[in-house]
Amino acid sequence: MRVVVLHDGNDLAEWRTHARALLADGLLPSDVQWQVGEIAGLLPADASPADDKPAVKTGTVPREFLSLADTVLAHADARRHAVLYRLLWRMTHGERHVLGIASDDDVAWCEQAAKAVRRDMHKMKAFVRFREVKQLEGSVFIAWFEPSHAILSRVAPFFVRRFAGMHWSILTPARSVHWDGQTLTFGAGAQKGDAPNEDALEALWLTYFANVFNPARLKVQAMKNEMPVRYWKNLPEAVLIPGLIRDATARMDAMVQSAPTTPKKHIPAPVERIAMSLPDGSIDALRRQAQQCRACPLWEPATQTVFGEGRDDARVMVIGEQPGDQEDLAGRPFVGPAGQLFDRALAQAGIARDALYITNTVKHFKFEPRGKRRLHARANAQEQAACRPWLLAEIERVAPKAIVCLGAMAAQAIFGRSFRLLEQRGQWIDLDDGTRAFATVHPSYLLRLPDERARHEATAHFVRDLSMLCEVMT
Amino acid sequence: MKLSDKLAILADAAKYDASCSSSGGQKRDSLKTGGIGSNEGMGICHAYAPDGRCISLLKILLTNFCIYDCAYCINRRTSNVQRARFTVAEVVQLTMDFYRRNYIEGLFLSSGIIQSSDYTMEMLVQVARSLRVEHRFGGYIHLKTIPDASPELLAEAGRWADRLSINVEMPTEGGLKALAPEKDLRDIRRAMGRLRLGIEEAKSDKKAPRFAPAGQSTQMIVGADASSDRDVLSSSTNLYANYNLKRVYYSAFSPIPDASKALPLRPPPLVREHRLYQADWLMRFYGFNVEEIAPANDSGMLDLDVDPKMAWALRHRGQFPVDLNHAPKEMLLRVPGLGVRTVQRLIGMRAHRKLRYTDLVKLRVPMRKVAPFVATIDHRPRGDSESSALRHLDASLHDPVPRQADLFGH
Repeated sequence: MRVVVLHDGNDLAEWRTHARALLADGLLPSDVQWQVGEIAGLLPADASPADDKPAVKTGTVPREFLSLADTVLAHADARRHAVLYRLLWRMTHGERHVLGIASDDDVAWCEQAAKAVRRDMHKMKAFVRFREVKQLEGSVFIAWFEPSHAILSRVAPFFVRRFAGMHWSILTPARSVHWDGQTLTFGAGAQKGDAPNEDALEALWLTYFANVFNPARLKVQAMKNEMPVRYWKNLPEAVLIPGLIRDATARMDAMVQSAPTTPKKHIPAPVERIAMSLPDGSIDALRRQAQQCRACPLWEPATQTVFGEGRDDARVMVIGEQPGDQEDLAGRPFVGPAGQLFDRALAQAGIARDALYITNTVKHFKFEPRGKRRLHARANAQEQAACRPWLLAEIERVAPKAIVCLGAMAAQAIFGRSFRLLEQRGQWIDLDDGTRAFATVHPSYLLRLPDERARHEATAHFVRDLSMLCEVMT
Repeated sequence: MKLSDKLAILADAAKYDASCSSSGGQKRDSLKTGGIGSNEGMGICHAYAPDGRCISLLKILLTNFCIYDCAYCINRRTSNVQRARFTVAEVVQLTMDFYRRNYIEGLFLSSGIIQSSDYTMEMLVQVARSLRVEHRFGGYIHLKTIPDASPELLAEAGRWADRLSINVEMPTEGGLKALAPEKDLRDIRRAMGRLRLGIEEAKSDKKAPRFAPAGQSTQMIVGADASSDRDVLSSSTNLYANYNLKRVYYSAFSPIPDASKALPLRPPPLVREHRLYQADWLMRFYGFNVEEIAPANDSGMLDLDVDPKMAWALRHRGQFPVDLNHAPKEMLLRVPGLGVRTVQRLIGMRAHRKLRYTDLVKLRVPMRKVAPFVATIDHRPRGDSESSALRHLDASLHDPVPRQADLFGH
């Protein structure tokens, strides 16, 4: 049996030095007794670990173990050193992967201990309550806190990051820590009486606590689970809890039973927004009316109607297929990836986007939700038909000289269902009303081409098609 | 009016908003600025009220004067509630004073609508700007956003705030029309769309100005209208997909002093809200969809007696028992009583050896709930465990007031 006396029972480096020496000596976990503090009579022989002995190659342990050990050592349980050594022994004696066995007794014990330490740290960050002490050279904020484990040095950096611009101290029974705006210093333990016992601002905090509580939903156990009663003695707001609980039911009943009242004081209702006028012939009136369209079910899951935009006297109208994710959010056509490609192609063809009127065949985004994403879906024939009056009205109001259809859906809406895009693209066709029109591919088709060279060629072809517009632009 | 009286009124006025999160967003600390305030990505609940709700942020209204008349709201213009209004400076001072004493993680500021949407939004932005610029405040700021405020104000709000939110209020458009006549669901959705675009633009371009790095969230009131749980969850599914929300909060309609005639007399059972949160969790982290949780052929309401995962398992007895040694992760996640962490552990252990019954015991899973649904090399559930027994079991396993699991922070 060897007795190991640790000077600081929470220090990883010290435990590790001893543990290495024990391993090197081949000491079985059952042959080691761990103690903390200086115990008379035992010191001389065992206090200095076997630094001089040559390190016996015992194999490396996973980094994961060191970080677990570091946390477990902050725990108050006196068995921690022994359990950790036993785990170390097992890892270096044939059970290399024991940490992966979450149900192993030693592993489970350590995980539980580490969890308790982390929870204590988290609760310290939450429940420290500073009280202000005004001094000539400025205020100091002092808190009294009683952690369950040796966590002060682990949590102190959090308070530095948070309250760098403040002078503060946290006093605990075992140690204290102080920040003067520059350096962090640790000192001896303290008593509750060493911290200030009041702060004028606490009255406001109590007012807040009492009023943010909703008596109609009493859940005392839920509160106690997260704010265990043992912390209450150092939480100023906790004095209110019994009274709030006691009166809650009566307050709730009073609310339920009281009859509705008539308003005593009159607050004027908001001024109605500019009344929706009937379409007066302008494209803006159409656009407003289209926001309310419910002619097919696509409106419901979508954000908004994506109506056409651009000059209402444009010489050229561009008709795409249907809005996508980005268009649905922005409420504007051709702003997503395909729209950006379209903008680049227009620029190459020497055409200014703001000289055009740009719209879509279908004016709502159709999609399938997949978690936090939306998968594009093609509008069916009924949905296309439901949207047709809007498209016809846009053409009528803008009265363009030329129309370009991007993609098969748009082309078929203008030229009829027998239109074949790949055979007839890039050919001017005269419409009944005297407008000239042609069709080309939709820019999203270019985005989908997997082969870079094919994409490059197809894009050049697309730009050539668009260039046909130049003759009607002026 | 004294500051403490204003605080009492304007905290009371704000408490019906369930959101309390202070998580996510940009990491920052006060060491560089010499000010105060940090954000480490994980929210901290500094206190809990006896309603079981966490107090993380100073949650107040700038004013509870309001020109709207939403029936469910204590601050509607026809309510006789006492009115108050903070100045911008008062809110800033209160936030700093509370923060220095470590009472809070930051500020959640909302407001009744006064004068106009832009006027009100400008006030909220002023508070955030003053905290960030004049006081070098690095704590969390969540601003409630007014749907039809101007895009410039929205952009500035996003620059100072960690999170922005707009409440959809009701699960269906009909419900909103009936109870909040001045609000327009289409306005709300358009504003959420703008927020998502702003958030994504700021994320994708490092040079773009900061915009609500902790994302956006929303709240739905449950039980004030006739919407079913299926309506509620369908609406959430749509909102998560459309606007990439961090959270949808469900707030069981709660009786308010001086209630409107348009409201039901009694609140819905609190457990309904709890079941909705469980269902929301299952949809986001366990691979379930609305159809599975609230099937169309039913009443559309979740079972109040058993949690939605147990309810699904009882409807699909044929898919159990699940062999813990061979089933894929997706199926392990569907076993009642097994959470995400336990499933990770089981999969980690499977790499080294076969799983036994005692492994589950050691992992401290709720055995009576799990055992009827799983098989290990030394365990198979005996015959058909009657559904009714399992239903009672589930009810008895929960503490009387179920609480929401806190796996991922808030």
